Amino acid sequence: MSVADTITITYREALREAIREAMLADERVFLMGEDVGAYGGSFGVSKGLLAEFGPERIRDTPLSESAFVGAGIGSAMGGMRPIVEVMTVNFCLLALDQIMNNAATITHMSGGQFAIPLVIRMTTGAGRQVAAQHSHSLEGWLAHIPGLKVLAPATLADARRMLTPALADPNPVLIFEHGSLYNMEGELRAGGAAVDIEHAAIRRDGGDVTLVTYGGTLPTTLTAADELAGSGIDAEVIDLRVLRPLDDATVMASVARTHRAVIIDEGWRSGSLAAEISARIMEQAFYELDAPVARVCSAEVPMPYPAHLERAALPQPDAVVAEVRRMVGADV
Amino acid sequence: MPSLGADMESGTVLEWLVKPGDAVKRGDIVAVVDTSKAEIEVEIFENGVIGELLVGPGERVPVGTPLATVLAAGTNGAPVPTAVPPAPAPVAPVVVPPQVAPLPAHAPAAHRLRVSPLARRTAERLSVDLATVTGSGPHGAITRSDVEAVAAPVTAAAVTEAPPPVPHAAVTEAPPPAPPAAPADRQKAMRDAIAALMARSKREIPHYYLELQIDMTRAVEWLHEENVRRPLPERLLPSVLLLAAVARVVPDVPELNGYWIDGGFRPGSGVHLGVAISLRGGGLIAPALHDADRMSLDELMDGVRDLVQRARSGRLRGSEMSDPTITVTNLGERGVDLVHGVIYPPQVALVGFGAVRERPWAAEGMLGVRQVVCATLAADHRATDGHTGSRFLTLIDRRLQKPEEL
Repeated sequence: MSVADTITITYREALREAIREAMLADERVFLMGEDVGAYGGSFGVSKGLLAEFGPERIRDTPLSESAFVGAGIGSAMGGMRPIVEVMTVNFCLLALDQIMNNAATITHMSGGQFAIPLVIRMTTGAGRQVAAQHSHSLEGWLAHIPGLKVLAPATLADARRMLTPALADPNPVLIFEHGSLYNMEGELRAGGAAVDIEHAAIRRDGGDVTLVTYGGTLPTTLTAADELAGSGIDAEVIDLRVLRPLDDATVMASVARTHRAVIIDEGWRSGSLAAEISARIMEQAFYELDAPVARVCSAEVPMPYPAHLERAALPQPDAVVAEVRRMVGADV
Repeated sequence: MPSLGADMESGTVLEWLVKPGDAVKRGDIVAVVDTSKAEIEVEIFENGVIGELLVGPGERVPVGTPLATVLAAGTNGAPVPTAVPPAPAPVAPVVVPPQVAPLPAHAPAAHRLRVSPLARRTAERLSVDLATVTGSGPHGAITRSDVEAVAAPVTAAAVTEAPPPVPHAAVTEAPPPAPPAAPADRQKAMRDAIAALMARSKREIPHYYLELQIDMTRAVEWLHEENVRRPLPERLLPSVLLLAAVARVVPDVPELNGYWIDGGFRPGSGVHLGVAISLRGGGLIAPALHDADRMSLDELMDGVRDLVQRARSGRLRGSEMSDPTITVTNLGERGVDLVHGVIYPPQVALVGFGAVRERPWAAEGMLGVRQVVCATLAADHRATDGHTGSRFLTLIDRRLQKPEEL
């Protein structure tokens, strides 16, 4: 791979390029949401798209999540390929009726007469001092719902390439963009290979313990794995990528190699995705386990505003390192 | 009692609008039921004659309880197997609170070892007694590596060792499921048992010794070809060919297969090949492969591997310890050329093998290089003479020249 083949890009730009590519490729694709047009998106993802594609295809909506998510569902039923941006997952609760009772069920309830090729993008997660109404990680709630596909791009490549298969999917697909990742910058291969939206990915090979994570805690987990490597503990890092349906096979195969698992999930521990994965490991790989499955999750509090308290509430690399060391019986 | 709403669990019959003998047809109203929300008229879905009313006015019954029987029109008596509502399995009308045995004030907290599932599975595979393992995991849990440390690597290659086949009396007569002795005590006990048994053998048994050099070239080549075709875990070791040759020959020389007891020979009830296994930490043991003459090479291989693993974890069965009818010891893996064995009383013979090595070999006036093993027999002269022993060793030789028939 020569230098000319790679571009330096941020996660935010990668998302924008993905939307541009989709809109250029298919005139049925359009973007709508709060402030996606003139303002360029609350997180700047759609900056410049209004000028390029015009107000017919980059549509600012009123502040009514229920209305514009519902409009997205209707237009998807009518043959369009809408991309709906919901500013944060906290606000999607206002549209939960549309997402769950309509988007997730219409294909089923119509006996397959209607597909819902809708993509809903939303920001999730904490770490930016935006406090308890803009910081939560509720993707586990959405991943609870049959009929949806739920994605969590945690790398530049996934940010750039997950949208295409998501739009091609006849089911409603939710894409969770972690707020702490927008400024992540790195090299991305231009014209790189397509990605699937079915499988988890092993981001780091290791034989001693499996660290399962996704989204905003992938960098946290990789940092922890590097630190563990310094003390001779070889951690395998799995990026789930797809939160529904979960790719059990990749997780179980890894646990069968390492015999230990820690799940790192920014969601609250109770009833979390981490809980679900832990249960599945117990169900499917119990006899492979050499230690109880462990979890590193967010503290069960509304997300604090002060930076030091927010930091304390979130999964940090040192907590992951400590959990792994305790698990393998190393002196902490 | 039909379900008249998703949340209805039971209903009360208020009134019957029909009586036994009345003709009814589909759609007729036959009863009025109180669901506790409303009074509902109950229709019938069958044509026929009302047989028996099973639930009287005022009675409250669970949904699914038959209310009445309906007879097919024109029959006299036998109820059509149809109740008013097609009845699901009847539900007990009264829910009896389950009887819960009172808990003792202080339920004895059974001590349960903390063992990871993987460690438990590994212990089973390696036949390790978890009670002997010290845990290093979280909260002292036993992990896989703890089990493996106790089991120590076991390979079938290490199967054999040590000339004097061993203890029986002290160590095995009553496999003591008692608390495990401290390792040092256990070793002392084993040493004592070996000492007593071997002294008895040399004191009582007039041994005679025979030796035969056997050309193993064909057998080794055959084994090589055979192993190339096999996946790694199923490969055969040369020692298994030797065991197989002995097992196949023993039925032809029954005088060597059995016991000398009370001044006479008693033949063994089958070919139960004692396999001398050296133990880590010293000592050895020679448990039986039962009916080895009827085992295939693969079965012998598995059997030996199993015996070795269990011998080293102290999990042999009583019958394996008391049953051997003839013992084989193979010190070839240890590099010696031959072994003059000490018979394991009350058996009457012990077969020994040294290392399979390249040696100069004269045959038909020519000198060549062949793979050669030295087979020995130590036999009880009270039971047999050298002639019998010679026949036995030459038969083994003959068998090893046709490895494909083993």
